[in-house]
Amino acid sequence: MTGYLVRRAGQMVLTLFLIITFAFFLVQAQPGDYATFYALDPDIPPEVKQQLRASFGLDKPLWEQYLIHLKNTVTGDFGVSFGHFPRPVMDVLVERVPRTAVLFLSATVLSFYIGFFLGKAIAWRRGGWLEYTATISGATLFTVFTPAFALMMIWIFAFRLGWLPVGKFLDPLVWRHADVSANYVFGQMLLTAFLFTAFAFLVLYLLKRTGRVGLARWAGPLIAVGGVAALFVWSFSGVGGLALDILKHMVLPIVTLTLISFAGTMLLTRNSMLETVREDYVMAARAKGLPEKMVRDRHAARNALLPVVTSLVYSLVFAIDGSVIIEVVFSWPGTGLTLLQAVRTEDLPLVMGAMVFIGLFSLLAHAIVDVLYVYLDPRIRYQ
Amino acid sequence: MITPPNYPGIPGASPGTPPGPPDLDVGNSRFRLALARIRLAWRSFRGAWSIYLESRIGVLSLLIIGMFALMAVAHPVLMLTIWDSGTYDPVTGYAFGQSQQPASPSWRHPLGTDPLGRDVLSQLLWSTRSEFVLGITAALVTVAIATTVGAVAAYYGGIIDAFFMRLADLIIALPGISLLIVLSALFKLNLFYLALVIGVLGGFGGTAIILKSQALSIKVKPYIEAARVAGGGHFHIILVHIIPNLLPLSLLYMMFTVTSAIFAEAVLSFLGLLDVRMSWGIMIHTANTGGYLMGGTRYWWLVVPAGASITLLCSAFYMGGRALDEVVNPRLRRRHD
Repeated sequence: MTGYLVRRAGQMVLTLFLIITFAFFLVQAQPGDYATFYALDPDIPPEVKQQLRASFGLDKPLWEQYLIHLKNTVTGDFGVSFGHFPRPVMDVLVERVPRTAVLFLSATVLSFYIGFFLGKAIAWRRGGWLEYTATISGATLFTVFTPAFALMMIWIFAFRLGWLPVGKFLDPLVWRHADVSANYVFGQMLLTAFLFTAFAFLVLYLLKRTGRVGLARWAGPLIAVGGVAALFVWSFSGVGGLALDILKHMVLPIVTLTLISFAGTMLLTRNSMLETVREDYVMAARAKGLPEKMVRDRHAARNALLPVVTSLVYSLVFAIDGSVIIEVVFSWPGTGLTLLQAVRTEDLPLVMGAMVFIGLFSLLAHAIVDVLYVYLDPRIRYQ
Repeated sequence: MITPPNYPGIPGASPGTPPGPPDLDVGNSRFRLALARIRLAWRSFRGAWSIYLESRIGVLSLLIIGMFALMAVAHPVLMLTIWDSGTYDPVTGYAFGQSQQPASPSWRHPLGTDPLGRDVLSQLLWSTRSEFVLGITAALVTVAIATTVGAVAAYYGGIIDAFFMRLADLIIALPGISLLIVLSALFKLNLFYLALVIGVLGGFGGTAIILKSQALSIKVKPYIEAARVAGGGHFHIILVHIIPNLLPLSLLYMMFTVTSAIFAEAVLSFLGLLDVRMSWGIMIHTANTGGYLMGGTRYWWLVVPAGASITLLCSAFYMGGRALDEVVNPRLRRRHD
């Protein structure tokens, strides 16, 4: 297992290196360079233009530029953003990446659960009304033109009903008198979410370790107590209202992203289930007289899960792409929106930085799925 | 790429087209051999067709695709007969008869006009053709690359296999829309180059892996052994025996590629990054940048036709692909018991 992890990490480093290289040469291949901004200005004499080029290091040969770029990237220095001058690219990205991560992670987890649950339900009862409704509405949502759908969601829930804010990350009116920064509050929220998840997993794990079925019933209430405690602490922290404001802005993008991406998992689970329900062990489980629900969940669905997890990589990429679009439509200041704004304003350092970060993001997601797969399928043991 | 995530399980059973009679038959002329092959292909096609027709969603999606094909044909016909190009050109036309733009639907303009006074129906029909061209070009490029890569990688194995599979892993991990956003913003991509980029990314990406695993299961079939014993060269075996048996699965992935190509084009046009004259995405872009979307249902004809067309055509190709999946992959079929 350790050997596998080490090899996987090595592979990731190599891929990341390829992505950095690709981003560099892509930006190099486009017409013009950093100094072209000044090249058209007739007030700048030619020798100053030459100096400018030299100060950017553009007079050096390409391979030397590449090596310098590589060295800087590895040390975490992506240069200074043109659009957010004088903030360094790294600074901008460190602020934006967690926002994308939250949007993407919550939507992926939600859509995976919903998709898996619906998928096994429609495979269990083929030909019912549920199958047709779920398949057609799922496929429609899956192939719906995401920007138009997102705008429709905004129009319905934010504009007409007024339940949720229209877009953006926070409401300036709420934050006018706040003496803490949004990044601080958001960081605390992330920390809380992380601690809560860890707590829930720990409770589940420990109760399972005891091996007593009676104790497992207490898992739900215990986790709920933890959640209430977290809410209690937040409500007395003084910034609870601010956190609530961010939360309110998060709901609509997450719901939209979940809606467009759950169908992939659902249809795949259905196909996978259709294959497992024909297996002998399912018939054996039925013959034993196990209740229908247990046959479905413990025997058929458990084994149908494996191909679904394998294909989770595709869903992840789909969700990353989806989150880029969602971020743009909802003006959610994450990496996707940053990337779009950067390419529109020719903010080339930020373009390269955002590309590398989005690549890193999908690489990490990819790796996590691979490791998850090893845990889910006890038949696979990487040496 | 934004290829749909749910790649179905790799079919283990042999695909629809049987390999044709063995080449050992000496006395036969080439003509009769070809005839027999066509007859066999026709028979297997009929079998596959009847399975496809069993799926209601498959039939429905085929009907929708047919409807869009009619729409694509309708535009040049209408332009030649009843529409004059001054009023109805999708890009340069202007509805002189309307006092206010965008005008709501009327007899002269069944779907109204856009904020710049252009006929929405004409734009919609005109764009249909380019969506088909884009989707089919991308799909052909994808399938041509993926089939070749899959067959070659499976047949030779070793370092060629490792190279193409690692490449595919890399491409799968790349988020396609982000990459296309950067590409289309930094370079002037037109429809053809976009189709090419999507096709190449899809062809070397996930589709290649699926087709390779299918080619692996074909490679160990007895008829490949027989062809080798009969003295068939590597090239001959790949071209005549492996690739034809990959084609049904390739067709399936063509459908999925069309979906992702149309979707990518629409998203990029919506963001205003693409160098195309008119498309469904640009129609929504025009309405959105003009601020007509928050008008809700008041200016519905600016958004609904284009948005519904993208969704319908994408889902028709996607559902068609899924119905085809049941033909290609016998394990998904409903049991008749």
